[in-house]
Amino acid sequence: MNKNYVRFTKEMKATHTILIPNMLPVHFKLIRRILENHGYRVCLLETTGAHIAEVGQKYVHNDTCYPAILVIGQMLDALFSGGYDPDKTAILLFQTGGGCRASNYVSLMRKALENAGMPQVPVIPLSLAGIEKHPGFENSIPLYYRMAYGVLYGDLLMSLANQTRPYETEKGAADALSAKWTEKLVDELSSGVIRYGRVKKNYAAIIRDFAAIEREKLDAVRVGIVGEIYVKFSPLGNNGLERFLESEGAEVVVPGLLDFFHYCVYNTIAEYGLYPNTRSRVKYLGAKIAHRYLLRKQRDLIAAIQKEGTFRPMTPFDHTLSLTKDFIGYGTKMGEGWLLSAEMLELCDAGVMNIVCAQPFGCLPNHICGKGMMKPIKEAIPGANIVAIDYDPGTTAVNQENRLKLMLSSAREAMEEEKRKAAE
Amino acid sequence: MSTNSGTMLSLGIDVGSTTAKLAVLDGDTLLHTSYKRHYSRIRETVLAMLDDAAPLIGKRSFCAAVSGSAGLGLASSIPFVQEVWATSQVVKRLEKDIASVIELGGEDAKIIFFEGGADERMNGTCAGGTGAFIDQMASLLDVTPDELDALALKHKKIYPIASRCGVFAKSDVQPLLNQGASKEDIAASIYQAVVNQTIAGLAQGRKIGGRVMFLGGPLYFCRGLRECFTETLKLDEEHAVFPEWGRNAVSLGAALYARTVRVSDAVDAMTLDGLKKKISEAKLAPPASRTEPLFKNKEEYAAFTARHGRASVARSSLEGFSGRAYLGIDCGSTTTKLALIGEDGELLHTYYAPNRGNPVSIVREELTKIYALAGDRVRFAGSAVTGYGEDLIRHAFGVDHGIVETAAHYTAAKHFRPDVDFILDIGGQDIKCFRIKNGAVDRIMLNEACSSGCGSFLETFAHSMNLTAAEFASKALFAPAPVNLGSRCTVFMNSQVKQSQKDGATVEDISAGLSLSVVKNAIYKVIRAHSPDELGKSIVVQGGTFLNDAVLRAFEREIGREVIRPDIAGLMGAYGAALYAKSKAQPGVPSTLIAPDALASFTHESKTANCSGCANRCLLTVNLFPGGRRFISGNKCEKGAGTSSVSADVPNLFEFKRKALLASAPDKVPEKTAPRGAIGLPLCLGMYELLPLWVGVFETLGFTPVISGMSSKRIYEKGQFSIPSDTACYPAKIMHGHMEKLVETGCPTVFYPRMTWNLDEKAGDNHYNCPVVAYYSELLRGNMDCLKTVRFLYPYLSLDSEKELANGLYRELSKSFPGITRADTKRAVSVGFKRLAAYRESVRAEGERALAYAREHGMPVMILAGRPYHVDDEIGHGIDKLALSLGFVVVSEDSVCHLAPSPDVRVLNQWTFHARLYRAAAFASENPDVQLVQLVSFGCGVDAITTDEVKRILEAHGKYYTQIKIDEIANLGAVKIRLRSLAAAL
Repeated sequence: MNKNYVRFTKEMKATHTILIPNMLPVHFKLIRRILENHGYRVCLLETTGAHIAEVGQKYVHNDTCYPAILVIGQMLDALFSGGYDPDKTAILLFQTGGGCRASNYVSLMRKALENAGMPQVPVIPLSLAGIEKHPGFENSIPLYYRMAYGVLYGDLLMSLANQTRPYETEKGAADALSAKWTEKLVDELSSGVIRYGRVKKNYAAIIRDFAAIEREKLDAVRVGIVGEIYVKFSPLGNNGLERFLESEGAEVVVPGLLDFFHYCVYNTIAEYGLYPNTRSRVKYLGAKIAHRYLLRKQRDLIAAIQKEGTFRPMTPFDHTLSLTKDFIGYGTKMGEGWLLSAEMLELCDAGVMNIVCAQPFGCLPNHICGKGMMKPIKEAIPGANIVAIDYDPGTTAVNQENRLKLMLSSAREAMEEEKRKAAE
Repeated sequence: MSTNSGTMLSLGIDVGSTTAKLAVLDGDTLLHTSYKRHYSRIRETVLAMLDDAAPLIGKRSFCAAVSGSAGLGLASSIPFVQEVWATSQVVKRLEKDIASVIELGGEDAKIIFFEGGADERMNGTCAGGTGAFIDQMASLLDVTPDELDALALKHKKIYPIASRCGVFAKSDVQPLLNQGASKEDIAASIYQAVVNQTIAGLAQGRKIGGRVMFLGGPLYFCRGLRECFTETLKLDEEHAVFPEWGRNAVSLGAALYARTVRVSDAVDAMTLDGLKKKISEAKLAPPASRTEPLFKNKEEYAAFTARHGRASVARSSLEGFSGRAYLGIDCGSTTTKLALIGEDGELLHTYYAPNRGNPVSIVREELTKIYALAGDRVRFAGSAVTGYGEDLIRHAFGVDHGIVETAAHYTAAKHFRPDVDFILDIGGQDIKCFRIKNGAVDRIMLNEACSSGCGSFLETFAHSMNLTAAEFASKALFAPAPVNLGSRCTVFMNSQVKQSQKDGATVEDISAGLSLSVVKNAIYKVIRAHSPDELGKSIVVQGGTFLNDAVLRAFEREIGREVIRPDIAGLMGAYGAALYAKSKAQPGVPSTLIAPDALASFTHESKTANCSGCANRCLLTVNLFPGGRRFISGNKCEKGAGTSSVSADVPNLFEFKRKALLASAPDKVPEKTAPRGAIGLPLCLGMYELLPLWVGVFETLGFTPVISGMSSKRIYEKGQFSIPSDTACYPAKIMHGHMEKLVETGCPTVFYPRMTWNLDEKAGDNHYNCPVVAYYSELLRGNMDCLKTVRFLYPYLSLDSEKELANGLYRELSKSFPGITRADTKRAVSVGFKRLAAYRESVRAEGERALAYAREHGMPVMILAGRPYHVDDEIGHGIDKLALSLGFVVVSEDSVCHLAPSPDVRVLNQWTFHARLYRAAAFASENPDVQLVQLVSFGCGVDAITTDEVKRILEAHGKYYTQIKIDEIANLGAVKIRLRSLAAAL
């Protein structure tokens, strides 16, 4: 680790624009606004196109994971475009740490900046571990607290929009509503103290608004998306996977971002259980509090959805945990780790038997937790229809779409079969 | 509804990557089928096929559906059905009791299981082994696919050919050809590779049994392939079904589907004219991205050719020549080149032609011609040979000198441009780049097995479009909008081309696009340059591929600089060899080259045998020449060739570690075991590091540890069928075989722990294992049925403290062995750590002894730096022995890394094994007589991070960085060139 990284200083807060990659369209809009309200100048990069991967391939070792190539390519592409002054730009990357090579994104970003002749651009890793010191970037509880609500709201909006889009009679209604609420929530999240009572009222109002969108009766096959976190969520990473599936008449089911944070928290608990002599008890106790807190928050959200009754709620995290037990250990935690297998199981448990496992080509944890768990899962759950799709600068949409179409054909056949059975 | 008869006509159109298929059904009667290669002219081909069927269809209306990967574009207004799904429908309808279906297409391979949980699978994105792969291999052997099939039926022997992907298989086939293996055997081996790929890559642990149906073009046409499949799957006639409609299965399925879809009336009932109109009007979307044309106009091209025309070499005619002449031969991977020069370097005779699988006979023919032309006016004063076939040709014809390719090319380039500082050579199968500094080759970059965007790649595409390479190249020059195809390996490129064809790109645009891809691949993947300045100021480009003006133009444009392309770009190796021969010639000493009379009676025969020199059991090719002279190739070390000259006491840390580890436990369950029985320890991945620890632990706890022994191809094949992720590294995939072996040996308990962390050597930011080493046992448990028959222990363990390890072991072991107490595990762990410490100390001591030995004997030292498991015979492919035979003392990274402090690195230095690499690199940097060669397993994601850093550390101190990528590939030709170049550069 290079100790001489460029710091994001206090002065820079006023002078620099912070670029952030757009991993989740809904969530990151919220997060951007929260950062803005904390006094940062933020730009969410929404650029797309083949040239992004091309720039990435020039500056990142080509055998590195696709998300790194894309994220770094997108940042450099923005800087090269002339739209951002390298002396007045910083980059914010989300970093989880751990034994996966993904922990090196920040280092790789810096190396790429150096090779591109812009070593002065500070790179800020946004990480709960907080290993680096950036005096100009606050690691404050209120900021993270607000972001946590951003994630909760984001998950809710994403889930409701996904459950509405295939059925809405007026095309675009769900997305418009989601955008409207994003604006409204941002204003609330930025003004002073967050009152939980207000949050719960918002939940109810959001759900009501979505339920009010006029829907037609349709039998859409439901397709779950799991995978490496970037290609799972980012349209740039997965060639617009959600849009493609919806164009084929499917309803997509995407387990939320909260689960990923919860997974990170839970790993500290699991680790202490496995290695009590060498892991910190204080961290363990802290994680337990956070775990209970997150469970409670999720439970309230689920309760709100159930109360209204139109939509299917997300799976409670503790239930997801219990589903995983016989398949994979909680100590298997690099990258998405056991959560990836857990989400496949969670989807099957919720009746979503058709699953796309999206992964960057050659993703190390995915060998084990994705492709490596498909056989045992299919054995235990006979109807599971799981397809693994690799993403890479070289793989073509036609290749991916053809495999997705195969999965969809089987899905539709199974749905017909079920209908036939129900009719008999 | 139709008017002519009571039944409904239905049409199925299937457009795959290489062929188009049509089926016409009249009710349940099959009226017509056709099958045609489309050479990427999809629309025209389909329309022509419809015209052919017109007399049968007449004016009747019908329903139609389209299928196939290239059919997606045609389908916007015609119903589309996914091809695997279509297949399963047609099989269910037409044939009873089929348990599984194997279908091979142009670029896809599919398997469908009907019994016991239906499942449909397609090959992943990185998997050759299909029709296009067979075509590619046929063109490599210079035969048609039909001839390939005929050859395969006459085989005697099967060679192991990497089956995972076309590029790898090719690098196995090429050397076999050069070594003189028979085409019959190679043809059958290619088929066997396809079969292995299908079984390993698609079935993934599911047994292919019952009645199996084989579908698709290749399985319809290739009898040899059918034979391979039925033999490998052990199917009799009753159980192997090859239906008459096999190659049209998908189009039949589409025709059936057409009848069932309910779409708007307009589509439901069509006439032939209506369908043709729809296809002609189908909107082919513009491709994602296009670039500028290579040349704007003829004038620009003329100026370009005039400029390059100046880099030419003097020529004179051999017929009128008398005096001393020097012969250079470059026996490359796909082509053989000869250059005969006179005293002033003038060219007297040249030859450039494909190997056609037998370089020996080509050189013989050409040499005969040269002798005839030369008469007795010419004195042959020297000769030299370079390239893959160097050894073979040298032995066959008594050539005076062998010269490393890199040196040959530099010699030639210098002739054109004395101040040359960068040479880029793109040949048939290799890309070689060298930077020249102070008159010596300073840095060498070669393409890896997985990025061979080279000449043969363009050629194969040309052939697939029914054009010669030259025709294909000339089409690129004025292409209006070259397609942007990216810079990936051939397999990816195929589907990229497929996509652009779908998007309506012309052959011209594709050809130009491929030229750009070749160039980008060289610059960004092989050289890994960020800017043209990194290449050099005075650049010479060469190799047959640069004779293609489109490639040359693309290169100049990409780097924004003019370069020199000698007019003999394809002959530079041979020319350099000839110049070298001239420089080495001594007055009055004649060349040892075979004399004309001996050449007239020259014979060459080759046969194969297994070497019994060591556990590698290399497959050898024994070449027999007149007078009982033999030349043996295929061996990894010098042992097989019977010329071992390396003294047995030259230290080799790889051998030292292998011996120490193998001696620590038996590889079979002994008759008498300790009270708790045998416990199997698979010798791979992390076990290569920690074996002494686990042996100590389990011996103390009353077990008999049994190890699985060294890996071998056979072990790999034993477990190949249960590998779920093909793109994992070879060291991980080979674990499946080790597990099978331990279970087979009769171990009631098998142990491979899950370990997030490894030993903490306080040398980095953390001490993780990579995700694969850490958790592969999780995958093994889920995918290997044999582990259900034994007690498989895979606890989470940590080495951070003795107490922690004892605690973890107790928790796991006390469940199955109630007699074990906490105190027992504590004692066992303490014994284990002592054993481990003693082993690690012995490795370090041997490392120091090796260094002392080298210094005493004035020998260079090579650090073969990789992971602990790279010492394995099969995984490391005996590269240590090769290095030894080149005169190096061989040490491992963990035997010397204690001699240098942790250097500063720019990345997160958080893996135990990888931290050792950085320290070993730091050590090499400080010692002029120590070189570091990094071994990288293909698919190792972590090494994408480490390689750049190791390189940076070395180059900051003016050291060479050499990287060797290894996988299943068993051939060491390329490795040899690289290590020899390194040795020559020192």
